[in-house]
Amino acid sequence: MNSAASARPGTEAPRTLAEKVWDAHVVSQGENGNPDLIYIDLHLVHEVTSPQAFDGLRVAGRPVRRPDLTIATEDHNTPTLQIDRPIADPTSRIQIETLRKNAAEFGIRIHSLGDKEQGIVHVVGPQLGLTQPGITVVCGDSHTSTHGAFGAMAFGIGTSEVEHVLATQTLPLKPFKTMAINVEGTLRPGVTAKDIILAVIAKIGTGGGQGYVLEYRGSAIRALSMDGRMTICNMSIEAGARAGMVAPDDTTFDYLRGRAHAPEGEDWDAAVEYWRTLPTDEGATFDAEVFIDADALEPFVTWGTNPGQGVSLSDTVPAPDDFEDPHERAAAERALEYMDLEAGTPLKDIKVDAVFMGSCTNSRIEDLRAFASIVRGKQKADGVRVMVVPGSARVRLEAEAEGLDKVFEEFGAEWRFAGCSMCLGMNPDQLAPGERCASTSNRNFEGRQGKGGRTHLVSPLVAAATAIRGTLSSPWDLEQIADPASASETEGAMA
Amino acid sequence: MEKFETVTAIAAPLRRSNVDTDQIIPAQFLKRVTKTGFDDALFFGWRQDPEFVLNQPVFQGAEILITGPDFGTGSSREHAVWALRDFGFKVVISPRFGDIFRGNSGKQGLLAAQVEETDVERLWAAIEAQPGITATVDLVARTVSIGELSVPFGIDDYTRWRLLEGLDDIGLTLRDEDSITEFETRRESWRPRTLPVREPAEVGGQ
Ligand code: SF4
Repeated sequence: MNSAASARPGTEAPRTLAEKVWDAHVVSQGENGNPDLIYIDLHLVHEVTSPQAFDGLRVAGRPVRRPDLTIATEDHNTPTLQIDRPIADPTSRIQIETLRKNAAEFGIRIHSLGDKEQGIVHVVGPQLGLTQPGITVVCGDSHTSTHGAFGAMAFGIGTSEVEHVLATQTLPLKPFKTMAINVEGTLRPGVTAKDIILAVIAKIGTGGGQGYVLEYRGSAIRALSMDGRMTICNMSIEAGARAGMVAPDDTTFDYLRGRAHAPEGEDWDAAVEYWRTLPTDEGATFDAEVFIDADALEPFVTWGTNPGQGVSLSDTVPAPDDFEDPHERAAAERALEYMDLEAGTPLKDIKVDAVFMGSCTNSRIEDLRAFASIVRGKQKADGVRVMVVPGSARVRLEAEAEGLDKVFEEFGAEWRFAGCSMCLGMNPDQLAPGERCASTSNRNFEGRQGKGGRTHLVSPLVAAATAIRGTLSSPWDLEQIADPASASETEGAMA
Repeated sequence: MEKFETVTAIAAPLRRSNVDTDQIIPAQFLKRVTKTGFDDALFFGWRQDPEFVLNQPVFQGAEILITGPDFGTGSSREHAVWALRDFGFKVVISPRFGDIFRGNSGKQGLLAAQVEETDVERLWAAIEAQPGITATVDLVARTVSIGELSVPFGIDDYTRWRLLEGLDDIGLTLRDEDSITEFETRRESWRPRTLPVREPAEVGGQ
């Protein structure tokens, strides 16, 4: 990032969104290649990566500098059934109890299991209106990139950095490079934000974003709701980037207005005035640019064991020989073996055992509505287990107020309490070895959803179509969303 | 972190080389949620043997550990340093350290002092002639001495400065605390705060 810009007052060089946010947070500039000290506006805390950080403070006798910029919730280890019972797994229980003790000792706001604001840390921040344009957000979790959807600079940090932020509300950071991801055009019905980001990762690769802050731009991004933008920014880390951002606009402000911690009255006006100055200036340059044609995108699915191994649902499973790069070829070979797939198999012939609708990628109200719009009045396929897990207790309440819980239950799905759930094998919701799952989460790594489990990453619409048919399916396979006539013209869209 | 100048304490000889971090603390202890209380885990495998040097009464209370070359290699686990620190060690002496271990040590106030292999042999001999004898590690003069014997040790200037000043990463940042405070006075008042807890005025946008 060109943080030097702020050192030259009076120079009005055009800047990107990311550069503006960076420049506004430099506490002191690093000299001789040393990092800048960057102020952190919002620190989100959960039970897994915080205990040693709090213990470090205790050893050094340090307080938390700004409890009023810090908030904790429980998500990774929490069960999604019988949440009033003691947590059975001792390690999970200890982590949760430790977080509660630390929050009490250091004066930090916490939303515990059973509280209406409890939930996945990346769902809770935006929903409370704490995630705002132009702020810096950190959390000991790589999917902190989610919050970039508001035009914030948000990234994951390690436990010693968590301690550093708790103690100083700052982080020493070296500037990032910037990459523009231009998504122009109009998505066809049935194609969603999740398909955009899966296509981006398939295009630039799981390492393509390394060292960059990605800025998602273009008409297709502007047309997305905040929930869709969060889905996209969430998976920036899956492209190797530490952060992803979308410039704030009226969609952002409409989402924030009236939320618990959004500014009010004159503060709101001052904030909006500032927020409107944040979008990338005309003439600002990015270190790299990528172009995606939104009109050509189809519902997407991963076939392998990293999020870059994805194709359109109308495709077949690729063969290792399709890849020129020897590393990619070897990775494909290993992935096909782990996933138990034959090259050349149409994706739509692949039978699943489970469908997981949830995670910080796709568990907000709009995601649940999308899923419900497809399964309403239908029955799930025989032998397929379908779990719907809201991202937060508030999302759960909202969904129930709209009657979505009934839709899911009549469909034959399990309607759960909020948490990370089957996104990762850290709580009771896990796949059995060999089970295959269409999942709206963000990582299809080996064993991610349980030892030996096989994950296909999909959008909520694809998850719903798959739950109905029992095989990986596109929403275009259902009558609600007619297969757009142009579907056949899209071959090679991702080339 | 406390400022480090000199330590005078019992020195324990660990006549082994290639002590990797798995030996210092086995993986089974990594599940804990604390950064302290790892004293029981230090050299867990070896301590099952009553003859092990740290089990011998003469070395109880040792704060200086003198080991063979390549101490702290292998896995990056910071727990290895925590375990040594929690057991009471303030100094580890070796002819060569694993890089990550040495970095982690500096951050936690544990002095990793690099001493020529021949000098390590002389230190071991001095201790074995008089088990339980104290050694003095002087960070200002960069020497280790036992009785009449005094040998130099190596440490990079930056880590030495931080140890002498008692600065960990956080301490280092807090030297700049005035800038942080000054920055905070400039921050717009409408930036988000988690406290006091507020309820939504109305249900949010979507
Ligand atoms: S839902 Fe999954 S990716 Fe998101 S924070 Fe939880 S475990 Fe991480």
